[in-house]
Amino acid sequence: MTTAHHHPIVPAEVSQTLGARLHGWAVTVDHKRLGILYVCFGLVFFVIGGIEAAMMRAQLAQAAGKIVDPATFNQLFTMHGTTMVFLVGMPVLLGMANYLIPLMVGARDMAFPRLNAFGLWLFLFGAALLYYSYIGAQGLYGTSAAPDVGWFAYAPLTNKTFSPGNSTDYWILGIMVSGFGSITTAINLLVTILVMRCPGMTLMRLPLMAWMMIVVSVLVIIAIPVLTGAQIMLLLDRSLGMHFFDTQNGGSSVLWQHLFWFFGHPEVYILVLPAFGFFSEIIPVFSRKVIFGYPLMVAATVSIGFISLSVWAHHMFAIGMSPALNSFFAASTLLIAVPTGIKIFNWMGTMVGGRIIFATPMLFATAFLGIFTFGGLTGVMLALVPVTWQLSDSYFVVGHFHYVLFGGTVFGIFSAFFYWFPKATGRMLCERLGTWFFWLLFAGFNLTFFPMHISGILGMPRRIYMYQPDRGLELWNMLSSLGVVLQGVAVALFIWNVIRSLRKGKIAGNDPWDAWTLEWATTSPPPEWNFDQVPTVGSARPLWDIKNPTDPDSNHEGSI
Amino acid sequence: MRFSWFLFILAGCWCFATTSASAVGEGTAVVCAPTVQDATANINAGDLNMFNPVSVPAYEIRELAWLVFAVSAAIFVVVEGVLIWSIVRFRKRAHETGEPVQVFGSNPVELAWTIIPCIIVFVLGLATLRTIREVQLESPPAGALEVDVIGHQWWWEYRMPGTVADSTLVTANELIVPVGRPVWLNLQSADVIHSWWVPRLAGKTDVIPNHVNHLWFQAETVGTYLGQCAEYCGNQHANMLLRVRVVTTEEFDAWRTAQMQPAVVDESVAEGRACFLQFACMNCHTIDGISSGSFGPNLTHLMSRETIGAGVVPLNPTTLRAWIDDPQNLKVGCNMPSLKLDAAQLDSVVAYLLTLK
Repeated sequence: MTTAHHHPIVPAEVSQTLGARLHGWAVTVDHKRLGILYVCFGLVFFVIGGIEAAMMRAQLAQAAGKIVDPATFNQLFTMHGTTMVFLVGMPVLLGMANYLIPLMVGARDMAFPRLNAFGLWLFLFGAALLYYSYIGAQGLYGTSAAPDVGWFAYAPLTNKTFSPGNSTDYWILGIMVSGFGSITTAINLLVTILVMRCPGMTLMRLPLMAWMMIVVSVLVIIAIPVLTGAQIMLLLDRSLGMHFFDTQNGGSSVLWQHLFWFFGHPEVYILVLPAFGFFSEIIPVFSRKVIFGYPLMVAATVSIGFISLSVWAHHMFAIGMSPALNSFFAASTLLIAVPTGIKIFNWMGTMVGGRIIFATPMLFATAFLGIFTFGGLTGVMLALVPVTWQLSDSYFVVGHFHYVLFGGTVFGIFSAFFYWFPKATGRMLCERLGTWFFWLLFAGFNLTFFPMHISGILGMPRRIYMYQPDRGLELWNMLSSLGVVLQGVAVALFIWNVIRSLRKGKIAGNDPWDAWTLEWATTSPPPEWNFDQVPTVGSARPLWDIKNPTDPDSNHEGSI
Repeated sequence: MRFSWFLFILAGCWCFATTSASAVGEGTAVVCAPTVQDATANINAGDLNMFNPVSVPAYEIRELAWLVFAVSAAIFVVVEGVLIWSIVRFRKRAHETGEPVQVFGSNPVELAWTIIPCIIVFVLGLATLRTIREVQLESPPAGALEVDVIGHQWWWEYRMPGTVADSTLVTANELIVPVGRPVWLNLQSADVIHSWWVPRLAGKTDVIPNHVNHLWFQAETVGTYLGQCAEYCGNQHANMLLRVRVVTTEEFDAWRTAQMQPAVVDESVAEGRACFLQFACMNCHTIDGISSGSFGPNLTHLMSRETIGAGVVPLNPTTLRAWIDDPQNLKVGCNMPSLKLDAAQLDSVVAYLLTLK
């Protein structure tokens, strides 16, 4: 096992002109640069999606709000959902995996570098297409420009009859194109992990994050083509007069729901499993302990992957399925709580007995455990079909999935950002600003999303541009809206932290967190070729073995 | 790290939500449009809390919800408790050096936290199956009043048996049903997907085009119960409001008899009736014996209703005039256009419609 020596930060660039440097980024096939581009563009869309959310919360701060008109509001929630899922969650998570996986498995690059670049530009093209709709499309009744059929785009609202103009077509094409990008990235990650591992890295010595990315990649490859297929059918309906989902001509709107959610539920795990991967790396390092129950974590990940393919219709408990189908999907949904619970317990088992250092990545990881437990439990509530007959499509569901996707995915992204930023840039983010950022975001997050559970129980449906006064909803909605202010300040602090740290941050060195996986064995940032010499590993924690030669992990392999 | 405030807020909000739902925000008359400000106050004052049911299936759902909320709260307290304990107990102290003992796992412990959740979800699953069986009926309960519910962008049409055989009572937006008798809804849609949700009566069921769904409830208490469309259905999804009046059997029979009467013909408002026929009103609205449009609500007994515009404003001469003058002021983007009537025409049409008791 050899560690690389110091490399200056790509020295040739310093003397290059701006044009040449931009050209370098545009034509790059280096997984690290592509990963950075994914994350940067994803964070730009995070800000855009956040502004859309803030506008909705401004409208809903009071009953019968008049800040935006209904058509605009409907665009806002459609674009917010679509943006956060497809233009933030997917690219940032896949981008981080893109950056990290070759380093973690000791490879020089991804298996297919040019396909990798192709995927990035497809994503960006799809994103541009979606947002071009603000300029180039007309929506429902010609009243609007951006897509306004919801991120789930239920038929037959998406039919030409109810959604004339082009906005729905922009939604279809934008998501379809970026979906192709996601599929190429998934194939690339899968092949990289399976065949490009360095000598000694058996599957059971993979960093857990790589295991999670195996499952995520498989889910992407299974789920996204179903969405793409359904979108093509919808496009044929809209453009060539076909009737797959055209209920006025015998089509089925329920078919769209099945196809969409067959994609849509695995998608939830596509968004959260990479975050689980980040936490599986971060919690052990900051607890100074090996992950508790590695084999069970792998088993739980794989079983989440399997079960997640059979729970989709729990999004459809209100459509009048037979009692037998309702019961099946309730059972499968309850079942998936078990491996998810195992993960939570194993992470906590890792913390117990550790010497926990609460740097910013660990603050986010710890908060994630608390928040995700809450979101998971409201998920269990929603698995109970009759309870969902009351709560589906209410703000309770909005609260639930933000606890899971914000508390899981977004907290995961920020945790990972603070953890691996030193590796990618060579500089540390400011811990003081990071701590402020964390606490503001944590408070703002709970203030925004906890009251939504109450609003839902009090009968407030989702996707309404206004609510009636005197239903007891005013207080809860006002609290939700106030939370957005805290979150906005937090994100501003984060951006300031990044800009400042890029110029003035403390020099990180190769291994600032005293960590154990291979990416910390090379320089920060790593050279284009990652490792001077391909490393050889003897356990899941190769750097632990080097740092603790008297008690290497290989002595413990197979003891569990 | 302090999660205790979080727990505190959880408990506090919870009690508040389940006990004082309608006490919040009482009397804040925020209105839909400035033109009818006074008229809109308080028509929608209401309790939509699923934990305050008045009907058989909603009771069942509340019981199951309490069970799962209690189980979840217990798990939440245990897990967060352990988490907080770990945070406090295992935070790195200044004097500690070196690495802690590396524990790679423990088969008995991991087995325990695999099996215990399995048992919990098994129990919850059984409770779920039982409630599904009790609430989701395959056919109407004995003696049920059958009502066809048709969702339209953005209003509700109701059809139920009339007072004589083979006759049909058609009304819109306000469902009147007798107390203590099961009501079986056949849910259908004229356009896109809607969802019928009156939380205190029953859970929601989607109203899907080309696909008939069923929902039932049996209200045990007389009163007005509110709800609204719960599936995004386009521009005015937010104002597709539901209003169910549960009345005594006698009141129900009287209402039904009145609804089956032909439309009032009052010659003093002949001018307004002519106006109704002369403009496009008749193309969309039925008034028995006068017109037979079916795109909009049936107006034969318009003035027997409490609200207009699927519940956006209470129905009275002022709001009726404002609505006909320009529905877009009260409900932006709704499918009824402004017919650009002049003041005299407006007055005459309003006078005519006011006779339709």
